Formats: sequence, structure tokens, C-alpha cells
Amino acid sequence: MAELKLPVSEETIRGLEVGDFVELSGRMITGRDAAHTWLMQDFREEVAPFMKDSVIYHCGPVVAENDDGSYDFVAAGPTTSIREEPYQADVIGRYGLRGVIGKGGMGAKTLAGLGEHGAVYLHAVGGAAQVLARAIPRVERVFMLEEFGVPEAMWVIEVERFPVMVTMDSHGGSLHDEVKEHSQAKLRELLGFAV
Amino acid sequence: MVASESYIETFVELIRRASTELPEDVVAAIEEGREAENEGLASIALGTILNNIEVARSNSAPICQDTGTPVVWIHYPSGVSTRGLRADFETAVREATARKYLRPNAVDTLTGSNTGDGSGRGIPFLHFEEWDEPRIEVRMILKGGGSENVGTQYKLPDGKLGAGRDLEGVRRSVLDAVVAAQGMGCAPGVLGVCIGGDRVSAFEESKRQLLRPLKDTSPEPELAELEERLLREGNELGIGPMGFGGKTTLLAVKIGFLDRLPACYFVTISYMCWADRKAAVSIAEGGGVTWLS
Repeated sequence: MAELKLPVSEETIRGLEVGDFVELSGRMITGRDAAHTWLMQDFREEVAPFMKDSVIYHCGPVVAENDDGSYDFVAAGPTTSIREEPYQADVIGRYGLRGVIGKGGMGAKTLAGLGEHGAVYLHAVGGAAQVLARAIPRVERVFMLEEFGVPEAMWVIEVERFPVMVTMDSHGGSLHDEVKEHSQAKLRELLGFAV
Repeated sequence: MVASESYIETFVELIRRASTELPEDVVAAIEEGREAENEGLASIALGTILNNIEVARSNSAPICQDTGTPVVWIHYPSGVSTRGLRADFETAVREATARKYLRPNAVDTLTGSNTGDGSGRGIPFLHFEEWDEPRIEVRMILKGGGSENVGTQYKLPDGKLGAGRDLEGVRRSVLDAVVAAQGMGCAPGVLGVCIGGDRVSAFEESKRQLLRPLKDTSPEPELAELEERLLREGNELGIGPMGFGGKTTLLAVKIGFLDRLPACYFVTISYMCWADRKAAVSIAEGGGVTWLS
């Protein structure tokens, strides 16, 4: 397994392929439903530097606030990514993201965006909220906490050897498309339809 | 009856157990899956899942950050106030949220703002049923949003699937639903299926099926046979853990049925993620608490 430091270059990202297992270290940001709408309404200068050449994590964490006002992630697995399909490719292009972390994969528009802008889709293990929270030693700051609430706020986090699988790459490869085609063919066989 | 504050603490503990400790039969089924997967992403995913289950249990922390909707079935003896039980359970949800066993998971649908305390309109979802026993029994699942989104309902006949109003039609519907879900419900999953009923009762019954132990057998022989067949065929689809491809797509299929209107034949499917979180407790007349498996 390769360790990949954030921020990361386009060249490094273009070197990744579907099936690669990598561990991320460095700074990234979380963002899900409310965040993606907000990111597209306007160019959000306050969060842009935390996205450029880094990755956005589709995650709605359980968060503890410490006595000194700092935060810790208590549980932090990925949420289903496909809900961001209408926005993701544009968010990648507009903010210079090099990757998206989530679960379940994304669609054709995002896949095209990954190729165009030089980015990858990274799949974290869904539900593995404890293992993944342990790879997030520090919460640096948070944006839109009041407006979006804890799960939907944009949390700037530091990760250490955060484990992810490349399931969509910048060369048009998608493990999700492969598995879907294979399973649909198998379904037709089980239902006795012409394959 | 016991004072109501003792219910609150018992309900908080019920929630803690469900959110942080996976039932043994579920862990065993995931372990079986890992033995079946030889290598690659499927094997890595199941290894991570098993590791995660252990870390959550030993730290009494949520297995998944989406701590779901508490869906609760309460049996109670005559004379117990269901209004009181509801108030206690809602208080317990807020307390469990404050203690981080639950994420604040209720969003006001009109304003889009999070209620912040885990409770809201229709959350938690409580079903009450009076019975003849003197004790109270509470059974709960925590149903996450990713898996809830892949739940679905078929109306038979369905020409495209070649699904008529019979068990073969049910089989075709269920397999179609598994393919549509791919890995998005956090496979390997458990299916709760209800045949018949209406659009209200069927979803509830499909979720009630999720309370069954994974290895039990339906008392209806033809449903027992269908459950076994669907588990086998579902795993032949090759979707695998997280949809990475592999042999472990489903951990169990549980099918119940309700009677139906002559005009209606629904097949209703609730998908439970691998984090098949459930807990149950019995509260005796004197207040004694017994944890059920």
C-alpha cells in the first residue's frame, strides 16, 4: 500500500488506477449535501484554500467538543456519494480538488470530471466509523457549523494513514461500472432472460 | 409499576448497546464472509469492518457515524401508559445523543436545520402493542440512512421483470432490488422483506423481519426455502462487500407476509447494512431488567 501526502499533485493523482489501495496523510475537508449546494451557489473563498489540491470527504461525523473549545471526531465513516452527483464534477473543477472520498461510487458526470480535472474517487469502507475516526487525529477548524449542523458542516481535518481504495480513476476506469454490468448480466441469467 | 426515570436509563443503555455492540450472529456471518473472500478489496473491506466492530465495542463508541433512526417495538401489559413510555424513550434518545452514542440525526424537513438533540417529528419511531404478559419488552433497530435509501417496494405484476403475483414474482423482485442497491446500502446487507400488506403496513413488517436472528428459519416452509434460495442467488450476483465485487453481498434474507387487498400485491424490501444494529430488553413488573439477544 502506498502512502499519499496531501496536498497532492495532478501528476501523482493521474498515476493512480482503479484497484489501488492507498493511505492518505495531511489536511482535507469534509462536505456533504448542504455543503455541495452551498459550494456551487457562489465561489466560497473561505474554504477554497482547504480544497485546492486536496480532497473532500463525504462524511457526517459524530463530534465531541472539548472544554477548550477544540473538537474531536468520535465516529467518522463515509456517507453515500451519489447524492452529490449533480454537483461533484463542477465542485472539483471550481475548487481544484484532486479527489473525493465517499462510499458507493459516483456516476458518469463525475467520472468525466475526474478525467478532465485530474482527480480520483476514493472509496472508504462504509460504516467503519471507528477505524476511520482513529485516522483523524486532529480537527483543525469548522465552517458553517451553525447553519448546517454537525453532520453537514465543513470540517477541516488532519488525517494520518487514512485507508481508501481507488474505485474511479482519471482514465475513465470505474470499479462501480464494472461490478454493476457484471451483476446485471448475472441477474438476467438468474431470471432466465436472454443474456 | 416502577418509576419512569428508571426506564430512561434502561432505554439509554439499550441505545448504547445497539449503537456500539453488534450482535454475535451478525459478527459470525461477517467472519464467514471474510473466509469466503480470498483477496483484493473485498477481503480488505471485510477485515476493516471486523476491526471496526471490535474497536467500537471496546471503546463503547458508535460502530457507524450514521447512528440511524431508532425503530422500536414495545410490548406492554395492560395499565402501562404508552404516553409515558414514549416520553421516556424520547428523553433517552436526547440523552444518548448528548453522550455521543447517537449523532444528532433529525433534520427539520422544512427549514433544513438539525434539531440538534436527535429527536424530531416521527423520530424515534415507536410501535406499541399491548400483550398478556406482566413485563415490558422493547426491541429496537438503528436503521441508517444509506441503507434506508436503497429500500424499495414493487407492485406486482411487473411485466419488465416477468414477475407475477406469486413467490417466483417475489424472488424476481428481490433479486432486482439487490442489483439496484449495488454496494450503496453498505453491503453485505440483511434483507427484511414483506409480501402483501399495504403501503403503510408493509414497510413496518419488512423492518420487523430484521429483528429475527440471522440463522433462524421461517415457520412457513415455502418462505424458508425462498429465504435460503435468495441468500444463495443474491451472493451469486458478485456485488460483494461495499460493491467492490466478491462473494459476500448478503448476510441473510428474512421474509414475512401480511394479507392484502384483492387489487394489491406489494413486495416491500428493507435493506439493513452490515452494521445490523439491534438490541432488546425485558423489564419485569418489579423493574428488573434482562437484556435479550
